[in-house]
Parts: sequence; C-alpha cells; structure tokens
Amino acid sequence: MATAQPTRKPHDIGGDPAGEIDREEHEPTLVERRIDAMMQLLRQEPRAFWVTDENRRTIESLTPETYRDSSYYQKWCLAMRSLLVEKAVLTDAEIDAKLAEVKARYAKSGGTP
Amino acid sequence: MTARYRIGDRVVVRTDTPAGHVRTPSYLKGKRGVILRDFGAWPSPEKLAYGKPGWPKTTNYWVQFPMNEIWDGNGSYAPGDTIVAELYEHWLEPAAALEETP
Repeated sequence: MATAQPTRKPHDIGGDPAGEIDREEHEPTLVERRIDAMMQLLRQEPRAFWVTDENRRTIESLTPETYRDSSYYQKWCLAMRSLLVEKAVLTDAEIDAKLAEVKARYAKSGGTP
Repeated sequence: MTARYRIGDRVVVRTDTPAGHVRTPSYLKGKRGVILRDFGAWPSPEKLAYGKPGWPKTTNYWVQFPMNEIWDGNGSYAPGDTIVAELYEHWLEPAAALEETP
C-alpha cells in the first residue's frame, strides 16, 4: 500500500482506506451555481486572475481539517478568497467588511438573502 | 523539445517529495510502468501553480502501471488490470535505474 509521507498534502489520498463512494447525484444548489459562476467570471478573459494550477495549489494548501470538512464548492470558495487576496484584487479587510454587511442584511431580512 | 521516452519504454516514477504543487500522486512514486502515449510538451503545472509561465515545457505521457505493481500484490488483480496516469517527463527515470537499487 502507499506509504504515508510527511509531505503528502490532504488531497493526495490515493490508496488510503476509505468508505463507500456516495454515487447519489443532486441538482446543483443555488449557492453552488453562484460559486461556480463567480469562479468562471474570475477565471475567464478579460480578467483571468489565475489559472487552474493556481486554483489546485491553493486548495491543496488548505489544512487537512479544512480540506476534510469542506464540500467541493466550499473549497472553491476558500480558494477564491485566498487567491483574490494573493493577487491583490481584494484585501482581507474588504472581504470581511462586505461579509459583515451581507450577514447583517441577511439577519435583518429574517433569512432572505 | 525532444521527448526523452518512446512508446513502450519502461520507466519508474521518482520518489521526490518537493514542497510545492505537483501533479504526481504519492501512490505512483517508485512504481514501474510503460510509456503508452506521448502528448507533447506543455508548460509545467509546478510553475503555472505559482503564476509563472511554466517554462521550460515538459513532455506529458500516459504511463501504464500494472495494479499488482502499484498495490504490491495487495488484492487480486488479473495481469491485464492496469492504471493509466498522466505524468510529466521530469518525474520519470528509465526503469533500469530502479533495478540497480538493492
């Protein structure tokens, strides 16, 4: 079997013991569609802020705990945030301020975005 | 750019563990396979991952591995049971290099 190496990142799990594969399909949710759309907008010309390999590198750099506990599109969302800051498109402060504003609006509306 | 390997060449995957982004999965490291297809030279994803152009380009191959080679005989596989992986040239050595190792 594959030997565990200290440098193995959380995505590099080929050969590890694992449970059954969940083969149940579902329609993409509204949140998933929005994350997908935002990724396309950031990745396509004329912006093209980063390429696939940078996206992969960022997702692989998540902590093992975050990687394990995050869904596919949550990982995309975390990668987008990280790369937007890395590429100096937005700052953490700007993202946090906007998130606070949206959360407050969401709470005020009683859960309607 | 000239490809180092030809279809049918026996190769072994390097066992390096560089810190950065690589596309070579750990379960293939040190495993022997055969070159199945040559996809030509491409910018290296290991450099593209850091916003660089990815030069020099590196040849990408399909390498075929017997399942028994990959899983060290753990499990029951027929001789024709294989995995095909896309690997970049700098991750491959001629398989003879492994056979010299004790």
